[in-house]
Amino acid sequence: MLRAVRLAFSGNVLPDALPDALIVGAGIIGAACARELSRAGLQVAVCDESHTIGGGATAAGMGHLAVMDDSPAQFALTSYSQQLWRELAPELPAEAEYLPCGSLWVAADEEELAEVHRKFDFYSARGIPVQILDAAQLAAAEPNLRPGLAGGLLMPADSVCYPPCAAAFLMRDIPFLPGRHVVAVSDTGVTFADGSALAAGCIILATGTAITQLIPGAPVYPRKGHLLITDRYPGFLQHQLIELGYLKSAHSVASDSVAFNAQPRQTGQILIGSSRQYGVEEAQTEPAILQRMLARAVEYMPALADLSAIRTWTGFRAATPDKLPLIGLCDGYKNVYLATGHEGLGISTSLATARLLADQILGRESAIPREPYHPARNFPAHG
Amino acid sequence: MAEHITLILNGHSLTVPAGVTVAVAILMRGETHFRTSVSGQPRGPLCGMGICYECRVNIDGQAHARSCQIIALDGMEIHT
Repeated sequence: MLRAVRLAFSGNVLPDALPDALIVGAGIIGAACARELSRAGLQVAVCDESHTIGGGATAAGMGHLAVMDDSPAQFALTSYSQQLWRELAPELPAEAEYLPCGSLWVAADEEELAEVHRKFDFYSARGIPVQILDAAQLAAAEPNLRPGLAGGLLMPADSVCYPPCAAAFLMRDIPFLPGRHVVAVSDTGVTFADGSALAAGCIILATGTAITQLIPGAPVYPRKGHLLITDRYPGFLQHQLIELGYLKSAHSVASDSVAFNAQPRQTGQILIGSSRQYGVEEAQTEPAILQRMLARAVEYMPALADLSAIRTWTGFRAATPDKLPLIGLCDGYKNVYLATGHEGLGISTSLATARLLADQILGRESAIPREPYHPARNFPAHG
Repeated sequence: MAEHITLILNGHSLTVPAGVTVAVAILMRGETHFRTSVSGQPRGPLCGMGICYECRVNIDGQAHARSCQIIALDGMEIHT
């Protein structure tokens, strides 16, 4: 039997009653779940092994709030979540750096331009604002891109934010238990590394790649990424830029890959990505990967080579075999739910994830089907 | 090599001895406010050896150039 202990932390005191929902993981997914369940009237608490809100993959990522169309279920989740972000945007504090800059998918050649047209038709048919740019319009929209590109697809409703501050905002009224490393979970609560326990009505595991420590065999794999941020160059870049070849990189499951991805920050800084690696557990930046990533970026945007970088870092995406997150009741449990496996779309899809999970916990209908994200669905073999 | 060169500092021409760094050229003008920090504070050269990044100016359109590490050249356009 788990014995509930009442623990008071500096500035973080548990509610009088035991939490109806304990969320393990104070990243943006956990924070969004906490807000959603709290707003539904539940007593909620969040714990994290670190002392920081949004200090893991949430802090490592770019903070792109994008609609994507790799699969119908990915489109449903990203477009639903973007609608929720748009509703939340007026409430976001300045430090969340919400910037409605739009995304611009860059087509290098005719083959990629055909993909632009396919995406245009797909999004247009579903009411998503989208615009095709020819070569001249692309050059006018982003003068620092190299000449000779074929065109682009502008998605003006996409935006970016600074995820750790967005996560802190989502959790601002929620009791937070920092420095609490959960080592075991059951239908009645959790056990921490120091042997203490906490009971809760339900437990939501929003631990990113660490899920396999609590649920062995969960189909989540760390996929390492590198990022770099420059000094402040206001006006250098207008949109979140992604090469259409990115999809080839993102879909390749076997080998290391890089793709051009550049994002303007409200500060005038520019975030440059991206890389994807499986099977690497060490977090250090790897010069060979960084070099490939930056060479790719400079290929698309030669003027980047003259900018001053101030920091590089890495993070681990929580990838699943079918590129969809795990949202819902954990197989074999009655009160343990999963909210992880978002790979590179955790910021984008955090709000929809939280809404769908709350719908399931509270027995509500959902705005989109939940089945595609069910943790116990069938997965393709991992590559 | 000419004994003096002339550069343009914030739109005004400035003649300095050849071979000095951009930071020295600006300081010879009596200017110590090289840039403004994010929080609005005036900033100027501190370490003089390229480590502290406090002496950054715009040189020929390139922002964030470390003026203490770059030799002033004839015709250079500097903005603080």
